[in-house]
Amino acid sequence: MIFFLVVMVGIQFIPTNPNQSDVVPDTDFMLVNKVPSKIRGIIEVSCYDCHSNNTKYPWYNKIQPAAWYLESHINEGKSVLNFNEWGTLSDRRKKSKLKSIKSQIKNGKMPMQSYTFIHKDATLSGDDRTYIAKYLQELSSSIK
Amino acid sequence: MSTMALAAVMIATVSCKDGNKKEATTPVSTEMHQKTMDDKEDMAMGKSQDAKAEAILKDYFSLKDALVNDDNSLAKELGNMLAQSLKSFDASSYSDNEQNELKDIIEDATEHAEHIGESDINHQREHFKTLSKDMTDIVAITGTSMTIYEQFCPMYDKGTAWLSASKEIMNPYYGSQMLTCGKVQKEIN
Repeated sequence: MIFFLVVMVGIQFIPTNPNQSDVVPDTDFMLVNKVPSKIRGIIEVSCYDCHSNNTKYPWYNKIQPAAWYLESHINEGKSVLNFNEWGTLSDRRKKSKLKSIKSQIKNGKMPMQSYTFIHKDATLSGDDRTYIAKYLQELSSSIK
Repeated sequence: MSTMALAAVMIATVSCKDGNKKEATTPVSTEMHQKTMDDKEDMAMGKSQDAKAEAILKDYFSLKDALVNDDNSLAKELGNMLAQSLKSFDASSYSDNEQNELKDIIEDATEHAEHIGESDINHQREHFKTLSKDMTDIVAITGTSMTIYEQFCPMYDKGTAWLSASKEIMNPYYGSQMLTCGKVQKEIN
């Protein structure tokens, strides 16, 4: 028991690298595609915490091991898709990414339930999903 | 329905033209035909790069067969295997432009292959569609000693193509549900 407490207190002092940046690069999805504000709002709230260089952290990010858990999710999310780096992708990659984003959103796999459980505002309604899917499809068709 | 079919044919025609243009620059081996897939000796005789492209094609064809047979778990395995052979593809003997293009296509194809390695069969087929496009574009650059057939199903997702080593239609997008739906739209080599 004491050992457990020591470990729990001890790990609070291990630093993590917060995923935060003040800069929105020119390659950002919203800037590259001039995304309409309604879509922009939905995607930024529901996706950007794990798929961009800037996370709006919840209070429990101050506590280990929660912070590690978040960090690993964010790293994984960014490695698959980083909206801030959209403009660096080739047309082929953009089309593939759009296809995957659309399918994840349509099938309810994203945003993840473990995320929306806390972030109620990130929950997407059926209408939201259809609306975004339609937009992503149009965007994909506009790429040669 | 008829407009859909017409649109499909139009798409097919456009993609044919596109592909032919690129192929004109690749050397064509006339002796090596069909079914050289398992023939290691023939492959070794060609350029080593060709052999690499053939390794990818071979895995792609196995994956296609698994989808034809509606075999979700085998397709997972083969998807991961294809991802590995794509990653180990050596493009160093190609021109800088070709290398850049190959790198991009292979990155894309690898991602689709990896997704196939962890998805249900419907999802596997969605990814197989883009993967097939990627494979076609790879072959357009590398060429191949095999004879391959580009086949086309007008029904799946507004018309979808795939590659096969055999002329006979075995549809990977529908499997047993509609096994022979489709046609050969182009012979490569």
